[in-house]
Amino acid sequence: MAEETPKPEELARVDLKPPKSDWMDPTVEFRKGTWNYTAVPDTQKYLDLPAAPKWAPTDDDWPLPENWQEIILTGMKERLDKYRSFRIFMDICVRCGACADKCHFFIGSGDPKNMPVLRAELLRSVYRHDFTTAGKILGKLAGGRKLTVGVLKEWFYYFFQCTECRRCSVFCPYGIDTAEITMFARELLSLIGLGIEWICTPLSNCFRTGNHLGIQPHGFKDSIEFAVDELEEITGIRVDAPINKKGAEILFVAPSADYFASPHYYTLLGYLALFHEIGLDYTWSTYASEGGNFGLFHSHEMIKRLNAKIYAEAKRLGVKWILGGECGHMWRVMHQYMDTMNGPADFLEVPKSPITGTVFENAASTKMTHICEFTADLLKNEKIKLDPSRNDHWISTFHDSCNPSRALGLLEEPRYCIKRACNNFYEMPENTIREQTFCCGSGAGLGTDENMEMRLRGGLPRANAVKYVHEKHDVNVLLCICAIDKATLPPLLEYWVPGVEVAGVHEMVGNALIMEGATKRTTDLRGQPLKGMEDTEDV
Amino acid sequence: MKALFSLVAVVILILLAWFGSGSSGGAYLFGVILPYAAITLFVLGVVYRVLKWARSPVPFRIPTSCGQQKSLPWIKNSNLDNPHSLVGVVARMALEVLCFRSLFRNTKAEVKDGPRLVYGSDKFLWLGALAFHWSFLIILLRHYRFFTEPVPGFIMGIESLDGLMQIGVPPLLITNIAVTGALLYLWARRFTNPQVRIISLIADHFPLVLLLGVVTSGVCMRYFFKVDLPAVKQLAMGLISLNPVVPAGIGSIFFIHLFLVSVLLAYFPASKLMHMAGIFLSPTRNLANSNRRVRHINPWNYPVKVHTYEEYEDEFRDVMKAAGLPVEKE
Repeated sequence: MAEETPKPEELARVDLKPPKSDWMDPTVEFRKGTWNYTAVPDTQKYLDLPAAPKWAPTDDDWPLPENWQEIILTGMKERLDKYRSFRIFMDICVRCGACADKCHFFIGSGDPKNMPVLRAELLRSVYRHDFTTAGKILGKLAGGRKLTVGVLKEWFYYFFQCTECRRCSVFCPYGIDTAEITMFARELLSLIGLGIEWICTPLSNCFRTGNHLGIQPHGFKDSIEFAVDELEEITGIRVDAPINKKGAEILFVAPSADYFASPHYYTLLGYLALFHEIGLDYTWSTYASEGGNFGLFHSHEMIKRLNAKIYAEAKRLGVKWILGGECGHMWRVMHQYMDTMNGPADFLEVPKSPITGTVFENAASTKMTHICEFTADLLKNEKIKLDPSRNDHWISTFHDSCNPSRALGLLEEPRYCIKRACNNFYEMPENTIREQTFCCGSGAGLGTDENMEMRLRGGLPRANAVKYVHEKHDVNVLLCICAIDKATLPPLLEYWVPGVEVAGVHEMVGNALIMEGATKRTTDLRGQPLKGMEDTEDV
Repeated sequence: MKALFSLVAVVILILLAWFGSGSSGGAYLFGVILPYAAITLFVLGVVYRVLKWARSPVPFRIPTSCGQQKSLPWIKNSNLDNPHSLVGVVARMALEVLCFRSLFRNTKAEVKDGPRLVYGSDKFLWLGALAFHWSFLIILLRHYRFFTEPVPGFIMGIESLDGLMQIGVPPLLITNIAVTGALLYLWARRFTNPQVRIISLIADHFPLVLLLGVVTSGVCMRYFFKVDLPAVKQLAMGLISLNPVVPAGIGSIFFIHLFLVSVLLAYFPASKLMHMAGIFLSPTRNLANSNRRVRHINPWNYPVKVHTYEEYEDEFRDVMKAAGLPVEKE
């Protein structure tokens, strides 16, 4: 963490009462710790996207094309005609303010332009100025603002301070979804080459190598094999982890962080153990080695360009259906976009668990099932045996990741898995879970070190709810089903509520899983001694 | 400033009607021509706006799910907050439109020392909004008695229910109190709530002041400055039968009321008041969360440049072979 990051007491001094001043004159201060580095032009060029020459938001002059306003306004017109959501959300907001204090960035920063309504107004004011009769004639009187460089800078600052978590949309009486508005704003910015590195680099990596981290096929294989070795050390069982295997029944797709980052890695061990134990006929893919899709944080077209490889690979390998790992925004894409964009997947079959025979009718068209749905079904049918006491050193709570909760409604499946795998589970306060869950504060491509202050601010509501159960029930692990969560919650909790770890649901399942022929477990998947086994650990 | 501007604008409108309707020509202008113009603008405007929305397709099915999805048969689906079927969608929309269900969820966040974040229930906005909209609807229905002879029983029923308190002559109507109180509350929070104050535009103050003008002039007419009701009815019947007449001696207060209503109608399609129609078209609320079960079609779906497996293997074939991974082409 950067040295200049303020202390928690200082950072938490937030005033949620905006000043009396007017917001319409664009002002934005690019303070260190609150913005992300800009895209490396080569990554945009690799994707045939417009690229601004190397620049920084703190520069006075931004490298804009001469006709940048025309490009953006034309882009707006095109999107207004193509997306009813955009037009409706520009037109019907009554500014009732119900959304105002629902945004984690507003709660953590007190910056009025982080109220969802004002964030949207940044774009809406330009819409009124250029696309409504009243605005064209009356200008500022009708709430219109001319698209100036100042306005553009505000867009860049504030639309990369939205994690597209959709919490505001739950509370809006019209369901106005700031995630939609942010997506359009980012698309418009990308039309003139303005983007951030943490989005554009993963995009180009993913396009080329199949995953955001840019891991090449042999690196992928090494990672998986390393995990197989590790699992063997813990369980005494050497599992099979097929890669690019034609004719497998199921293609398994997980976020790339699962096989390259920690604590995701322990979730990967959980998957491997589970698939072995039930004898699943599945395969990994190096070409489709990314479940996540940073296209969602860039533009609709990039979603489609990256997502295309999932069905393409399923077809090439000749699998029957697709199983997906623990990842939040990945599941928004798989659930709400994939079939529409790259379907129909008529070469696949409706997912059917080969172990229980359950047909996943809810995935009849998309042909892709969430691992929590899959595992919950296994557990319900008693097809695997768990020993929850192996998780007794954990006192857990569950963080509903934004997209699985507000774009799918996957609420009970992970809870069912957790309650079967853990003896100690406590919910956080009700205004902070399920559809009202708070974002980690680092989603939608904002999880960078240079943006740390803003991440800590945005993550305050989540961390504060964790603190509540940490103090009340001694909770020491925050479970989640999102790769961005697993990457960004650890520093957040270390800052706000030290002493709480972050783990995936399938890490808990893997810990508790009773495997046939396994040696007696003395440690969990992290290599930590199990409760009551502290002495058996050979030091 | 924005509030003052709106207030001045409405006062000017009132003065216009007051002085303008004095002569018989003026009475015809404010009693016939402007109401006809306003209703025409209202109908055409609303139709135009709705058609414009409807012309933009819904390329993706993007409901906001606020409850448990329908997945495994033994997990209870929350069909109202996360509908999987048309029935669920209709029920969700009905609750949204009739009961403002999303607004009912409203909370107020506070950051206390510690830091400790608390989210208190905050139902006042919901209550104020509900009181305004329902009262306004009932008042609108009550006005039907001016446009029909004989007055249908259900209108009389509404009116007697409304006057259930039995205070004064003519009886004090619950909706009159509720609508005035709600409008005053909704306007007051635009000054007193700092979050709402900063987001408020003229477009937010003006409709509230205009509605207050409409309501106040109506209430005044009922209780204080009595107008010639048979004459008003004659005018209303004339308007609706497209055979307008303006009886003499109705009283300026009526023309003020009618003119403010006319302005409201004419202003409606160009304003945020269109949320009345827009809510039905909001794609995060009016679609079933059946995404993986039923394919949603994007009418403008177009091919994009992708990185094919063949291109991928061409680039990585050597390392794949060296790592013992299967390849398509040796």
